[in-house]
Amino acid sequence: MENLESILTEHPFLKDLDKKYIQLLVGCSSNVVFKTGDFIFREGEPADSFYFIRHGRVLIETHIPHKGTIMIRSREEGEILGWSWLVPPFRWHFDARAVELTRAIALDGKCLREKCDEDHDLGYEIMKRLALIIAEGLEATRLQLMDVYGNSTKE
Amino acid sequence: METAQKNRGIGKSDEPMLTEPFSIRRIRKETFDTFSLELESGRSGGGFAFSPGQFNMLYVYGIGEVPISISGDPTGKKVLIHTTRAVGTVTRAMWKLKAGDTLGIRGPYGTGWPVEKAVSNDIVIVAGGIGLAPLRPVIYHALANRDKYGKVVLLYGARTPEDILFWKELEKWRSRFDMEIHITVDRATGNWRGNVGVVTNLISRSPFDPRYCIAMVCGPEIMMRFTILELQKRGISDESIYISMERNMKCGIGLCGHCQLGSSFVCKDGPVYNYGQFKEIFGRREM
Ligand SMILES: Cc1cc2nc3c(=O)[nH]c(=O)nc-3n(C[C@H](O)[C@H](O)[C@H](O)COP(=O)(O)OP(=O)(O)OC[C@H]3O[C@@H](n4cnc5c(N)ncnc54)[C@H](O)[C@@H]3O)c2cc1C
Ligand code: FES
Repeated sequence: MENLESILTEHPFLKDLDKKYIQLLVGCSSNVVFKTGDFIFREGEPADSFYFIRHGRVLIETHIPHKGTIMIRSREEGEILGWSWLVPPFRWHFDARAVELTRAIALDGKCLREKCDEDHDLGYEIMKRLALIIAEGLEATRLQLMDVYGNSTKE
Repeated sequence: METAQKNRGIGKSDEPMLTEPFSIRRIRKETFDTFSLELESGRSGGGFAFSPGQFNMLYVYGIGEVPISISGDPTGKKVLIHTTRAVGTVTRAMWKLKAGDTLGIRGPYGTGWPVEKAVSNDIVIVAGGIGLAPLRPVIYHALANRDKYGKVVLLYGARTPEDILFWKELEKWRSRFDMEIHITVDRATGNWRGNVGVVTNLISRSPFDPRYCIAMVCGPEIMMRFTILELQKRGISDESIYISMERNMKCGIGLCGHCQLGSSFVCKDGPVYNYGQFKEIFGRREM
């Protein structure tokens, strides 16, 4: 069976991260499995985990009164899920629901913050990688907002 | 960019603007505002040779003429297919036509997708919205000549699940082992369980070899701009990227200058351009 260290080493988010840091992260990690339909987190709940998806698909959603659930983004194998554990008030802003059997590594947010505070080199590595993902997410959101395909559906 | 070898060339003799009547054999409603017309020529012998990526001028009698790409199978089928989104005067009038009605057609015009240059390479097709229609002939061609190509990958983005074109065919192609299809929507509600996010998100994890690959991109210009950036990040050279441009057209044959883009005419030098040769013009605001 693969151990946490080898799974983390292979995850694209941690590509080329020094082995000693991977070993530090193992101390904050656990294997998690979500069945189809399971909520991984819900809007407003404490954001205490950072997920590295190994397999499956997760939809990030929000609920709008009178409009129902709107799916905003999906996350799949090789991607990360959630960064609200990083920024106060450490609460999720959206729901995340597994739409397939999903396996992930969950890193404890508090533990990870402490490790990053203790070792700023590790902190910088994690922030650099997260900044890239946040920037990509921002760009993608802008494109979504531009509604580039035009007002084609009835609504 | 490639042009039809056996171009039958309606309206290309002494009277280049002359259209030929085609009757509508079948109308297929693709989405809320998009439809496909299957057209047949009255001429005996039939057939309509074209290269994937080329377009025709379609004349709705008494209303006007619009350029529409050919979305059907280029491998010798008798029926000519156009997939159109109803956005304005002519396309809305076209939407109202019935089976048995007649349209005036001239073409095919313009440059095609580089299906010959892509031989022995992976093909990556990135389509956004109605942009899948001009690329569908590439898929037909690649699947009919499957052993000539490496991987065939389709990355398709639509606004919502209800806006996805050619559902049945996508499902059929997806079940093949020799083609990869990834679909994403900008937003979804209901029972959707697929990808949500912009089509550019699909590029980084798509299984093609950027060194031996030809990318063909069609969709709104802003989507093509961001797609090119992602393809470049994956290491595809600008010369291996092809895009299809749209400009308002009148003559469709390089006479009136209506479709001018920089020093080129989209109707004649395009609509398919090599990005490496076209990048100085592409995305410039004043163009
Ligand atoms: C080479 C080429 C190939 C094309 N292939 C296709 C195709 O396969 N399928 C297809 O549906 N269209 C295609 N188009 C676009 C199509 O030609 C136009 O949508 C059409 O000319 C619009 O004419 P209209 O009279 O219906 O609209 P107009 O009355 O001229 O326009 C009405 C309104 O619609 C807007 N509009 C015009 N064109 C578009 C557009 N493309 N998208 C969104 N809004 C628009 C205008 O800004 C205007 O506000 C192609 C264009 C070119 C140049
Ligand atoms: S439409 Fe007349 S030159 Fe292109």
